[in-house]
Amino acid sequence: MPFDFAVVLIFLAVSAGFVWAAMFVGKLVRPHRPDAQKLQTYECGERPIGAAWYNFNPRFYLLALVFIIFDVEIALTFPVGVVARAWVEAGHGLTVVVEILLFVAVLVAALAYVWGRGDLNWVRDLEHEAPLPPVEPPPDAALTREVHS
Amino acid sequence: MNNLQGLADYAIRAWFSVPDPARWPYTWLVYLGFILLAGLIAVGFAAGFAGPMSFIERRIAGRMMSRIGPNRVGPQGIFQFIADGIKSLLKEDIVPAEADRPLFLLAPYLVFTGMFGTFVALPFAAHVIAADLDVGILWLLAIPSLVVVGLLMAGWGSNSKWAVFGGVRSAAQLVSYEIPSAFALLSVVLFAGTLSTQGIIAAQGPWPWEWFIFRNPLLFVTFFIFFISALAEGNRAPFDLPEAESELVSGYNVEYSGMRFVFFFFAEWANLWVMSALATTAFLGGWQVPGMPAVEIAAMTGWRFVGWEALSFLIFALKTSVLVFVVVQLRWTLPRLRVDQLMTTCWKYLVPLSLITLTGNLVLLALVPERGVVDWMMRGLMVLIAAALALRYLQRVRANYLADRENYRKMEGKELWYPPYRLP
Repeated sequence: MPFDFAVVLIFLAVSAGFVWAAMFVGKLVRPHRPDAQKLQTYECGERPIGAAWYNFNPRFYLLALVFIIFDVEIALTFPVGVVARAWVEAGHGLTVVVEILLFVAVLVAALAYVWGRGDLNWVRDLEHEAPLPPVEPPPDAALTREVHS
Repeated sequence: MNNLQGLADYAIRAWFSVPDPARWPYTWLVYLGFILLAGLIAVGFAAGFAGPMSFIERRIAGRMMSRIGPNRVGPQGIFQFIADGIKSLLKEDIVPAEADRPLFLLAPYLVFTGMFGTFVALPFAAHVIAADLDVGILWLLAIPSLVVVGLLMAGWGSNSKWAVFGGVRSAAQLVSYEIPSAFALLSVVLFAGTLSTQGIIAAQGPWPWEWFIFRNPLLFVTFFIFFISALAEGNRAPFDLPEAESELVSGYNVEYSGMRFVFFFFAEWANLWVMSALATTAFLGGWQVPGMPAVEIAAMTGWRFVGWEALSFLIFALKTSVLVFVVVQLRWTLPRLRVDQLMTTCWKYLVPLSLITLTGNLVLLALVPERGVVDWMMRGLMVLIAAALALRYLQRVRANYLADRENYRKMEGKELWYPPYRLP
């Protein structure tokens, strides 16, 4: 068993060492001539406007929350799944089926709740009214429409 | 001599004439050397697969799009990947002035380690595995999470708008598709009764009707759930949104150059092998050689042992290569999904479907006795269906080739310049 742990640790070290070695060999042969323009952030050739560290859409956060719930539940179900076959062979089939179905039922409830709330929709329709009053149409709206048609 | 530790013990006895390796003070040094050697071989294998694969994929892409692809460097262009590697090595390594330097520099390490960590528990042949962990499947599900962290670090650390979009998006995609793939593997674990990857292969047999994929109709569906989620987790088309070049330029790796950039793609191509090998292990019977159980191979000595091990590796590699080819073919056949379609596919189709197949598999496990009449009927039926599908696939390939040849003859007035088995 300690041997397996050693294998895992050394493999991780070997992979990090491989990346480091490749970067080190590269450092010996590649040029290094930075200048201000080269080090500019890429924004399709335009001068970058502001930093990119801003608040991104909260739906990513919601998704991560849903994922955590499911993933923890899966991690808890795996041990039951491993012994399922042995239990069925020992004649305790019903116990193990009920046990795993309980896990699945919790997950189905969670999925139904999230689905019902609409959190799984990527593009969400906000059901409440917009916080700003609706914009009054300009007085010459009819005229504008005429011009456009 | 049926695992790495056994091999090291054998070497200690043979080379240093030590009767009991457990009592020898320098055993740990030999162990360390053997594990390091195994790690280097595994890195070499990953590099030896990812490099040529990048070339093969581009040639297949060329054939599928009726163009030529790289064919200048070496015979048939086979050294193209070496030329690409040297070019990247000689390229300047740029860290943008605005970037978060530590995160930016660290990200490729995490991405590569997350991919390479899976090689610890991936089987290659009858007894060839770095460590047959007793939590193998959990490890294979857990360690790729480092890739998510790495991609987020790359995206956030670059301080570029494209990179942030790409990083956040790929994190959302990777974590979402982990759910269906974990459920699919859980179905396999139910039938195998173990988490060790070698144990899962041992629970199947060499013949197609003994594989888990053909065991019952629900496991057949489970295989496709797993395959689709593995595609998405590997950022492969049609799920390659994080690097959607038409909308995000290149996604999380937009600010990277030179070797650092290469490691993201190294990980992606090596991941082709990882996902296909995992699918082969879990569903397609792994390295099982017809008519030769692994126990008998372990009892052999000398060249016979090596020969049978090599044969089992060839069988494993063949099954894996077929899957790899299907993945490459899919990439150049299907259009990319939209980001909301991607999430809908995962949460509204694959997750409920995988819950249904998990429940169904559980009931089948409890009700249908193994190797009973019903079991054999289901296996036979599934093998027949699969054979029919495979036959249809080959028929379509032949029809396409013939049509291609006919069109070429009509257009150019001469025969097609390549036979069906060769790349143009």
